[in-house]
Amino acid sequence: MCLSIPSRVVNVSEDRTMCRVDTMGVQRDANLMMMAEESIEVGDYVLLHIGFVMNKIDEAEALASIETYREILELMDEEERRQAILDDDHCENR
Amino acid sequence: MKALELKNLYDDFRDGKTIQAYAKRIAADAKKLKRPINIMEVCGGHTHTIMKFGLPQLLPETINFIHGPGCPVCIMPKERIDHAYLLAMQPEVILVTLGDMIKVPGSRGSLQDARAKGADVRFVYSPMECIAIAQAHPDKKIIFFAIGFETTTPMSAVLIDQVIALNIPNILFHINHVTVPEVMVELIDSRDVHVDSYNNQIDAFLGPSHVSVISGSKIYEKFPKAYGRPVVVTGFEPVDAMEGISMIVKQFIEERCELEIQYKRVVSYEGNLKAQALIEKYFEKVSLFRWRGLGNVPDSGLKLREAFDAYNAEVIYRDILPIAQIEDHQLCICGDILRGIAKPPECTIFGTACRPNSPVGSCMVSSEGACSAYYKYGNLL
Amino acid sequence: MTKTVTLAHGNGGEENSELISKIFYKHFANEILQKSEDSAIIEQGRLAMSTDSFTVSPLFFSGGDIGKLAICGTCNDLAMMGAKPKYLTCSVIIEEGFETRELEKIVRSMKKELAINGAIVVSGDTKVVPKGAVDKLFINTTGIGEVAYQGISSHHLQEGMRILVSRDVGSHGATIFSAREGIALESDLQTDCASLYPEVKALIDSGIEIIALRDATRGGVSAVLNEWANASSVCIEIEEERIPVQESVQGICEMLGFEAMDLANEGTFVLAVPKCDEVRALEVLKQTHQSAESIGRVSMVYEGKVVLKSSWGTKRFLDLPTGELLPRIC
Repeated sequence: MCLSIPSRVVNVSEDRTMCRVDTMGVQRDANLMMMAEESIEVGDYVLLHIGFVMNKIDEAEALASIETYREILELMDEEERRQAILDDDHCENR
Repeated sequence: MKALELKNLYDDFRDGKTIQAYAKRIAADAKKLKRPINIMEVCGGHTHTIMKFGLPQLLPETINFIHGPGCPVCIMPKERIDHAYLLAMQPEVILVTLGDMIKVPGSRGSLQDARAKGADVRFVYSPMECIAIAQAHPDKKIIFFAIGFETTTPMSAVLIDQVIALNIPNILFHINHVTVPEVMVELIDSRDVHVDSYNNQIDAFLGPSHVSVISGSKIYEKFPKAYGRPVVVTGFEPVDAMEGISMIVKQFIEERCELEIQYKRVVSYEGNLKAQALIEKYFEKVSLFRWRGLGNVPDSGLKLREAFDAYNAEVIYRDILPIAQIEDHQLCICGDILRGIAKPPECTIFGTACRPNSPVGSCMVSSEGACSAYYKYGNLL
Repeated sequence: MTKTVTLAHGNGGEENSELISKIFYKHFANEILQKSEDSAIIEQGRLAMSTDSFTVSPLFFSGGDIGKLAICGTCNDLAMMGAKPKYLTCSVIIEEGFETRELEKIVRSMKKELAINGAIVVSGDTKVVPKGAVDKLFINTTGIGEVAYQGISSHHLQEGMRILVSRDVGSHGATIFSAREGIALESDLQTDCASLYPEVKALIDSGIEIIALRDATRGGVSAVLNEWANASSVCIEIEEERIPVQESVQGICEMLGFEAMDLANEGTFVLAVPKCDEVRALEVLKQTHQSAESIGRVSMVYEGKVVLKSSWGTKRFLDLPTGELLPRIC
C-alpha cells in the first residue's frame, strides 16, 4: 500500500488529534492519532496516507539525498564532457 | 545547505537527468556482476513505478525484475471477496471499503456488481469517514471491509479506537490485513523446494516503502542474515527506485549481503512505534490466511482480538459467511504471477479475455496489480 | 458487452465507446452518425448539430454550475466543428422538491453563457419527476450552428502534423473530485468550464489550416488523442514534460492517484495543425491562455496508438482510460 504523499503541515488542532496539510496548493485535514504526542509542528513535512499522517519526513536526510543526486549528476556531466572531448579527438572528419 | 521546499520532495526525486545518471552507473556496475540477478520488488506500488516510468528500458539485461505479491487487493482469495459481497447484500448493511476493492470479482461478482443490484457499497478515501456514515445512518450497520499491509493496518486500529471511545454502536469490521515478511519467506522457501535453475531465484529484495515506515526496517533482518538475500528498503519515486537498484547491484559486486535503507527520509530501523502499539492492541496473527494463488501463508494474516468480538463482522455474521475455498478460473495464472514465476504477458488470457474492464483475475483489477501495470504501461518493453 | 449497464459505460472511455457502437450505432447507422465527430455536419456542410445531457453532481462547483456547463458543452461541440453556435433547445428534468431559487440561479448562468456564444434558446421542455427519480436536475441541450470553417475532422491527421493544447489540462475533473463529499479537499482550484467559440474564431481568423479540433471532455486529453490516432490510423507521439498541468491539479492527481491526461475538461481543446502553422497557432492560443502548449506530433510508428515519451528516454502507450475513475489506494 504505497500511495503516500509528502505534504506540509499548516495548522495543528488544539487537542492535537488533527492537523491541516497542504500539498501543492490543495489543502485537507489529516488525522494525527498515529503520531506520538508533541511530535508534529506547523511547518513540518509529513507523509500522508489515506487521511492520516504516517510519519514525519526527515529534512536533513531528504537534503542529503538531494545532495547525493547533485553529485552524481556532476559526475555524469564530467564524464560526458571527457567523453565528448575524446570523441572529438577521434573525429574522422578532420 | 538551502532549505527544503515541498516541491523538492517531488521534483528532485523524479528528475529525468538523475534517472539517466543512475542508469549509467548501474550499467557500468552491472558489467562486474558475476551472473544475472533477479530483484523482487515486493510492493505493488514499486511495480507500478517501475512499469510506469519504463525503468526496465533503462537497465541492462543482467538485471531482471520478479514482481512480488505486494498488492493487497490482488491477494484476496475469492471466498473473502464473496464475504464482502454477501455482507453488502444484507439489507441493513452499508459496506465501506477503499477504492480498488469494489472492482475485484469474487465468485458471485464484484462489489460494483452488488451495487448495481441495489446493495449500498461505498468507497472512502479514509477509514475515518465511516464514523460520519454511521452517524448519518443510525438504523444501518456500517461494515468496514479492511484491507492492506502494515501500512494501512494502524489506520484501521485508530478507527476501532475511536469507535470504542465515541461509543458508536453501528460500526463493525471485516479484517483482511496481511503482513509482508511472512510472504517473503514463503516465496523464498517455495522456490528452494520447487525450482532448480536460478532463473526464478530471488537474489535480492527491493523492500516496500511505506510498510517499512510503519514497521521499521527491523522486520527484514532475517533476509540477509538467515536467507542470504540483501534487502534495500526503497522509496517509490523513480529516482528512489533507481538508487535502490544501484545499491543492490553494489552489494553484489562488493560481495556484501546487508539490510540497507535507501528511503532514509522516512524509514528508520525502529519504525513508527505508536502505530505498532495500536496494531498490537487490537490485532493478533491468525495462523491460517489463504493468499490468492499462494495458498496458506502461515502467520501472515491478522484478525481482531477476541476481546473485540462485538465489533467483528466475521463473528457476528458467521452463519452467512462461507469458508469453503474457491479456486480461480483455470486459465488465470495470477497465482504464478504473484509468486513471480510468470510475467503477465505469459498468461493466455492477458489482454484478451482478461482486461481492466473485464478482469478475470485480481492482478488485472487493482492498479497495483502486475497485470494491470503491464496492461497499462508494459507494451513497449 | 455486459448484461447490465454499469457506471463505467458512462465514463467516456473504452466501455462507453463499446456501448455506443454495439447498441446505438448498430441500429441508427447512417453516414453522418458514423463519422462520430463532436457534432454532426448536415445540410451539405452548411450546418452543424449536436446534443448533450448534463447530470453533473454537485450542481454548483468552483468556477461554474450545471447551467453554464449545459450551454458550454453543446456550444463547444459546435465550435469544435468550426461552426458558430446559433440556436439551442433546453430540456430539463427536475426532481420534485428542488428549490426554485436554485433553478433560477442556474438559468441565469445559462443566459450569461449564451450571450458569450451569441446564441439563443428557441425551444425547450420542462418535466418534473417524483423524488428520487433523478438526482436533483438533469439538463439536455441541443444546438445548431453555422459552419464557418469547413473540413475539420478527426480523420485527416497525417505524419508531421503538430498537436497543441489550448491550456493546462485536467482542471474540471480535479475540481469536481475535490468538491465531492468525503474527499474534503480545499484549494483554489476552479473548473476550466468556458465557451470556446471565441478562441476558435481567433484561430479561423488567423488563417492557419485547422486539421482537427476537439474539446477534451470525459476521458480527458487521452481520449481525444486515442480517438484521433484511431480515426486517422496514425501514431501520436506526446512529450510528457510539455503537457501543461496546474500545480493544484497535480496535487489532486498525486493525492488520488490520477493522471491529469485522463481527467475531464470543459473549456480545454486539442488542436492539430500542419507543421508550418505550429508557431502561429500557439501564438493565437496563448492570447487567451498563457499555459497553451505544443505537446506532440503525428507519426506512423505505432498506427492507431498514442505514445508518451518521458524526458529521460523511456516510452509508454497512453491508452483510453477504462473503468470508473477511482482513487488509488497505493
